[in-house]
Amino acid sequence: MEKKPGSPVRLFSTYARSSTRRVRLMDGIAGKGTMAAGLLIVALLVLLLNEMFRLSLPAICHFGIGFFTSSDWDPQGERFGVLPFLYGTLVSSAIALVIAIPFGIGTALFLTELAPQRLRGAVAFVVDMLAAIPSVVYGLWGVFVLAPLMQSHVGPFLEKTLGFLPLFRGPFYGGVSMLTAGLILAVMVVPFIVAIAREVLLTVPVDLKAASYALGATQWETIWKVVLPYSRVGIGGGVVLALGRALGETMAVTMVIGNQPRINASILQPGYSMAAVLANEFNEASSKLYLSVLVEVGLTLFLVTFLINIAARVLLWRMRSVHPH
Amino acid sequence: MQGPVGTKSDKSDASPAQAASPQSGAAKINGAGSTFVYPCMTKWASEYNKKTGLQVNYQSIGSSGGINQVRQNTTDFGATDTPMNAEQMKETNNEILHIPVVMGAVAVTYNVAGVDKPLKLSGQTIADIYLGKIKKWNDAAIAKTNDGVKLPETDIVTVQRADGSGTTGVFSDFLSKVSPEWKEKVGTGLSLKWPTQGVASKGNEGVAGSVQRTANSIGYVEVVYAQQNKMAVAEIQNAAGEFVTPSVDSVSKAAADLKEIPDDLRLSITNAAAPGAYPIAGITWALARRKIANPESAKAVKDFLAFALGDEAQGMVATLNYSKLGGDLLKKARDKAALIE
Repeated sequence: MEKKPGSPVRLFSTYARSSTRRVRLMDGIAGKGTMAAGLLIVALLVLLLNEMFRLSLPAICHFGIGFFTSSDWDPQGERFGVLPFLYGTLVSSAIALVIAIPFGIGTALFLTELAPQRLRGAVAFVVDMLAAIPSVVYGLWGVFVLAPLMQSHVGPFLEKTLGFLPLFRGPFYGGVSMLTAGLILAVMVVPFIVAIAREVLLTVPVDLKAASYALGATQWETIWKVVLPYSRVGIGGGVVLALGRALGETMAVTMVIGNQPRINASILQPGYSMAAVLANEFNEASSKLYLSVLVEVGLTLFLVTFLINIAARVLLWRMRSVHPH
Repeated sequence: MQGPVGTKSDKSDASPAQAASPQSGAAKINGAGSTFVYPCMTKWASEYNKKTGLQVNYQSIGSSGGINQVRQNTTDFGATDTPMNAEQMKETNNEILHIPVVMGAVAVTYNVAGVDKPLKLSGQTIADIYLGKIKKWNDAAIAKTNDGVKLPETDIVTVQRADGSGTTGVFSDFLSKVSPEWKEKVGTGLSLKWPTQGVASKGNEGVAGSVQRTANSIGYVEVVYAQQNKMAVAEIQNAAGEFVTPSVDSVSKAAADLKEIPDDLRLSITNAAAPGAYPIAGITWALARRKIANPESAKAVKDFLAFALGDEAQGMVATLNYSKLGGDLLKKARDKAALIE
């Protein structure tokens, strides 16, 4: 965590010896200040985890490991299992990534390699704007536009063409479903992937591309064999960021996922996510155990996000060490 | 207006610190709880302010939140759509009074093409629909009470509340009374394990919207939401066998001639047998500690509740689509509020 007040600072100090005292003082304050800010963040995280663990202890003691294997959710009978929510969070985020990754990278490639110079700025601006739209607005769009469309067209079409797979079977409940949630999430995370992929693609040295063209490669071959391999670690970072956003998204998801704590094979049927159940049930959770269970759901969400982030980082780190770009 | 606190209060600020410990000056009363009763409390607060200059802040944080804040003594009074349960009563050191202040109804609403007059449904039928036993709109049980209505042969989609809610509490209380199977399998509560695969939406407005957008659906909402959205509302069979439309009057009738009112006033008025009574109705209670340490805030809470139960305040609730208390229940509520010291 601690940043060493390393050599550049010292160099600067010797260089400007005339006003050394003030500079040193300012350096000291800046160094200590940033360190304090950094440590505070870590402390906050530790305290948060500690508090969540403390509050969910009654639920942990009561249900043990069964909490993660049960798909029962009965607030009256006080039987709780997190499995349907865990499933919903992971599946809706996976759907989002499957859709958002090709769109995001495609858009970024278009903006850096293919689009006319004048168009680039304008399109990039619009994509960045997508990230600034509040999630409840996406939710409303999902409820009023996307869900009816899913029920009247997309759902029946998927069932007709791919209905032999259990993944795509009706009935459709007003168009709210795991797939609808995944689609909304995809729209929400695309800007993250685009923004980062674009920055990374811009760092690909012109020399490399020129060399590729000089060898007779087409534009497509250059993109596929030179540009993308060079930037995949950076793009991977963007995908991880997008995944983090998808896993934790609450408002838009709860408006279109259908809020049913069941595990359905079909993604055209309603599901539930961890963030959504917290938002829905926290307010009126009356008993101590119920409240504790909800905190444990939050803790689970926290740990899942944490583990996925670590896994992704390890993956990126290994990719980088094998191919040092 | 001659309020001692000149500025308008910020009602949206829901931080518990704001509602913390009763004020020493008692120029301000803090309340918190049920979202259902929020418009009514706001109206009363503004009228009360005009009359007395005292300020009443009411934060709509949900019934469970109201119960918790009263128990933890972080608000002057609470409000809830479902009474505190035995466990909560036992675990609270102070004696907490349940004081009925107003009543409301839960409407059963539906979206079925071709049905042009209100459907008549019995409680048993509604329970069976939500249990998944009645699957199609043209089921014999629905057809039996709806002569001359052309019912389609389509699957019924049930819509429920996703968030914990007093609306679900009243609805499930009614179903538990009319269907032993519901009572055993599902029960009564703010959040339930629903037996049917359907859609669950957040808030009354969410359920109302889902029913409107989903063909062949059925749902339940506070009656005012069904009226605002001009939705089809079912007539429900009461214990006297009549089919009754939810209205301000038919709910008041549900509480008009109660045979036995328990001393603690934690009663349920669902499935009433009085003529013309709408059966899916519920009471909203104000919650107050019987002994309030600070005599000034005790007086302030007592006075405000006396105002709320007065003829003038009760007379204005109908315009907001609530039903006023009447008869024995109103008298007992007033007596109960007078116990605060």
